[in-house]
Amino acid sequence: MANAHKKLGQLSTVAAMLLARTAGAAVLPDDRADVFYSKYTGGGMDITGKSVSVRKKVTEAFGVEGNYFVDSVSGASIDVLSSASSIHDERKQKSLTLNYIRDKTEYTASYTNSTENDYISNTTHFSLSQDMFGDLTTVTLGFTTSRNKVGERSGGLTNWLGHAYSKSYEAGLTQILTKDLIAGVTFEVITDQGFLANPYRSIRYLDPSNPAKGYSLGSQVYPGTHTSNAVEARAKYYLPYRAAISASYRFYSDTWGIRGNTVELGYIQPVANRWIFEGRVRYYKQGHATFYSDLFPFAGSQNFMGRDQNLASSQNTTIGAKATYAFLPDGWKVFKRGTVTLDVSRIRFKYSDFRNIKDFGLPTYQPGSEPPYHFDATVLQLYMSMFF
Amino acid sequence: MVRVRLVLIGAALALGGCVNVKPWVKPYERDRLADPIMSWDRDAISAAYLNHIYESREGSRGATGTAGGGCGCN
Repeated sequence: MANAHKKLGQLSTVAAMLLARTAGAAVLPDDRADVFYSKYTGGGMDITGKSVSVRKKVTEAFGVEGNYFVDSVSGASIDVLSSASSIHDERKQKSLTLNYIRDKTEYTASYTNSTENDYISNTTHFSLSQDMFGDLTTVTLGFTTSRNKVGERSGGLTNWLGHAYSKSYEAGLTQILTKDLIAGVTFEVITDQGFLANPYRSIRYLDPSNPAKGYSLGSQVYPGTHTSNAVEARAKYYLPYRAAISASYRFYSDTWGIRGNTVELGYIQPVANRWIFEGRVRYYKQGHATFYSDLFPFAGSQNFMGRDQNLASSQNTTIGAKATYAFLPDGWKVFKRGTVTLDVSRIRFKYSDFRNIKDFGLPTYQPGSEPPYHFDATVLQLYMSMFF
Repeated sequence: MVRVRLVLIGAALALGGCVNVKPWVKPYERDRLADPIMSWDRDAISAAYLNHIYESREGSRGATGTAGGGCGCN
């Protein structure tokens, strides 16, 4: 199902992932195959993901990677349920990535196609990564462009509403500071234009002609353009014993007036050469968009109006734990080794000015006085990786 | 225009000087940095998936070093 704003953000998906990957030394990673399963539960939604990925070096300088990912969604978030019924949907994503290394430079190109019954996205990405200064520094530049077709599903048919186009420009620098400490900074600008609103979400406005609720719902009206800037700094430190700690901070701002801050801390501890345990804590907080309101005074009271919960003032906290077990240390047939990983995260979302109108209302709560919405989510990931 | 040229010349000199910087962490001193536990993201698919969870529910996007693809937006 479509959420144009978020979908457009996904153009950074492949780009940023590749940016991170290419921010190391100019050596292609090991050949690897992954089978991945994920389950998200929270806020009235269940999302099951399955993925298969294979990465293979054709030569020492040239590598290919293919990925196929399927998402199945059932249920719907609260602001969709406030105006529509539950949803079942599936998304299929295919991507192909090429890597080429020449001296200390790595070139990456990728193409990703994502298809749903109401959303089609095609993304192309290029990046260049250069090691320099005795290989202590890696500089990465990337460009991504995405073309998206946005529709709305109703009565088994799709009404195509328009297109959204997006471009992303990114620059990253990774620096070895000491023999125990590495740090990095990434800057990314994303510009969108076209149909940027989520057609499944609605505004609400005071409506005396609807005495049962005191309000009515209407269509969101978004600006036709959106530009965002994000910068993230991060560092990782190898402790005096075999373990590491990491920290990152991201600042985000955009032309819709949203300001966001993200802080994350992590700890990783290997045990007995077979196990790796990780823990992480993440905190995020944002202010609302200038055209966001939980309750507008009347229909058409502003040029732009949104009540998407992603635009509201909110914060969330994540606690996550991850365990990786290594097997086949001596290899088996073509495989050199394998790992199986279980990753569980618990996320608590709290909204300051997005109210729960699904569960509360008249006569107890006047419009605009309903309790703020909050929910907890659990994210489970289980995957097996074979290296060859 | 003169200012732009001065800036360019200054940048070229600065970069030229940097090229001669001796690496203060020698290649044989990077065994700890090469340990897999020092990798930013050991599992790209997992990191991308988690990031997608956040991008689908937050206003912020980009510059995370990882990112997610997919739905989760209903």
